[in-house]
Amino acid sequence: MTRLMKHRLFWPLFALVALIVINTVARPQFIKVTVRDGELYGALIDILRNSAPLMLVALGMTLVIATRGIDLSVGAVMAVSGAVTLTIIDGSSSPGSTGTVLIAILAGIGVSLVLGLWNGFLVAVLDIQPIIATLVLMLAGRGVALLITDGFITTVNSEPLNFVATGYLFALPFAMFIWLAAVAAIAVIERRTALGVLTEAVGINPEASRLAGVRSRGIILGAYVASGTLAGIAGIIYSSNIRAADANAAGDLIELYAILAVVLGGTSLMGGKFSIAGTVVGVLIIQTLDSTILFLGVSSAQSPVFFAIVVVIVVLIQSPRVHQWGRTLTSGIRRSEAPEVRSDAEVTA
Amino acid sequence: MSTTTTAAAAPRARAAAYTRTFLDRHSSMMPTFAALIIFVALLIGAEVHFGNFLTPLNMSALLLNYAYLLILAVGMTFVIVTGGIDLSVGSVMAFTGISCAKLLGEGYSAAVVIPVILLGGAAIGLLIGVLVQYFDVQPFIASLAGLFLARGLAFVVSLSSIRVENESVLWLQTTRWRLGDWYITPTGILALSVAAIGAFVMQYTRFGRTVYAVGGNEQSARLMGLNVARTKVLVYVISGVCGGLAGLVLTAYSGAGYPRNGIGTELDVIAAVVIGGTLLTGGTGYVLGSVIGVLVFGTINTIIAYQGAEQSWTRIIIGLMLLMFIVVQRVIVVRSERRR
Repeated sequence: MTRLMKHRLFWPLFALVALIVINTVARPQFIKVTVRDGELYGALIDILRNSAPLMLVALGMTLVIATRGIDLSVGAVMAVSGAVTLTIIDGSSSPGSTGTVLIAILAGIGVSLVLGLWNGFLVAVLDIQPIIATLVLMLAGRGVALLITDGFITTVNSEPLNFVATGYLFALPFAMFIWLAAVAAIAVIERRTALGVLTEAVGINPEASRLAGVRSRGIILGAYVASGTLAGIAGIIYSSNIRAADANAAGDLIELYAILAVVLGGTSLMGGKFSIAGTVVGVLIIQTLDSTILFLGVSSAQSPVFFAIVVVIVVLIQSPRVHQWGRTLTSGIRRSEAPEVRSDAEVTA
Repeated sequence: MSTTTTAAAAPRARAAAYTRTFLDRHSSMMPTFAALIIFVALLIGAEVHFGNFLTPLNMSALLLNYAYLLILAVGMTFVIVTGGIDLSVGSVMAFTGISCAKLLGEGYSAAVVIPVILLGGAAIGLLIGVLVQYFDVQPFIASLAGLFLARGLAFVVSLSSIRVENESVLWLQTTRWRLGDWYITPTGILALSVAAIGAFVMQYTRFGRTVYAVGGNEQSARLMGLNVARTKVLVYVISGVCGGLAGLVLTAYSGAGYPRNGIGTELDVIAAVVIGGTLLTGGTGYVLGSVIGVLVFGTINTIIAYQGAEQSWTRIIIGLMLLMFIVVQRVIVVRSERRR
């Protein structure tokens, strides 16, 4: 049992299961999944579908945070990629054709890749603090998105585009497959090659890893490119969901929720060790919490209070001082003579 | 210090050496000088371009419109100089602003309401400071919790805007003390005095010097026997109080409290502080620099409004200026490191 409790995913998973149980007790229809026209519906399915944008952004954020960085520009990148994609579809002669939509989506993703490259260049090559380097794009990006859409909210009615967010595949939401594919791709690249270990090395000590022959610049650059690209895809899913490119509302505050998801999943903001599975659980916790808050009848505008409480609880659990209190408490009960030798980060992670 | 005239043999080398010493000694002030030059250049450029820009009315309006930003920037300077960051300021401003309007609407007098909202801002600042100092939470995350908390609380107080009828609060905004065509409102005076007090505290008090010491090297500051813990908590409290004051000023300015006020303002404030020459790594920065940063920010906004260009350009230009400044700062830091 204690070994299970020490697993880095124990507490995040525990929180997720607890949330689901509380919801099910409060309203039994929460857990119910109904089949209509061979497609699954229900609150749980909605959570899986709606988590797509946040999941993609949080995945990229995990990689960036692992290199001891942070990417504040993800919301702005979402706005830009949505604006690019929808403006292309809007301007084309056949907005309903799959070819047009594919080209537009590729253009949107391409632009966000370039934006990610820009962030990476500032951080890795010019050595600018990540928080301030990405702040530049966070400020300027929404302006660029507004310029692309001429300051209007571009609405588009295109069947293939709608499919991205609201379509179904094998009885399950298509958006869910997008994030599953992204999670699988990142997990394979990071964990089945040495890249993950190298990323952690760069995050733990950039200078030492450089001296050890790790090409830290390339790895940091790659993390920001991945973050930008994933944010771009998230932006397209978001736009597809509301069938419009809204330069102001797209990805609003998502950088903060993504960072919260990463931290909830047990990845330390100090860089180094990261957990992709943890981030997935973290995002699902946030989405479930969001749906819980909505169910409680709290105005969605007031939900930040709940998230503030969650953030405070999580950071307190992770803080060394609380660990110390916990240790004094448990050793007082057990009266154990053997001094405990374990790293704090491992326990809560 | 020898003058260049005494040695006629190599006056040019002397002059160069003199300039270099001057630059070395004041390298931390260079970004602020640069901001000042840009501010003056912006004003001159706008005057040449529009012909009617540098009017007393325009310049007075600049202070009036950005009084809240100025107050926030002063508080943020304290936090950033210690090496921290406070993302909560925009939300704290919204929370205290809407609380102010709500309490006034319920009939409390301004003499009660104003201390209460300042305390509210201070409480959120204290929460952030305690998380940062005693629980080793990164400032970014701790103030993120503050941001969520204050924004949510603002909506808890009211979901829609509340008009303010209280005369003493509206007086802050409507009174205009004139000198020729120049005018200043009580809010403007409030903002200027906050900046003056901030600058004085930073430069000349024990607390202010400790703020610099903590930002320069926390470990050394602790070994020197300085009270690092108290200082680090206090800077967030100061930032929170400034947020409360900005909430009051903004409520007076718009004549209403609105829970959506100040979304993204924290970024404007950080941008203004950085443009004013404060290094985000801590240890270097001036309150007066932040004042210049706010003026640059305000002037760019005014120019764009004058030009009739789309407001989206504001963000792009502010972003580009921020980029320019951080690259310049980076160059300065790298050069001073190389000299050492």
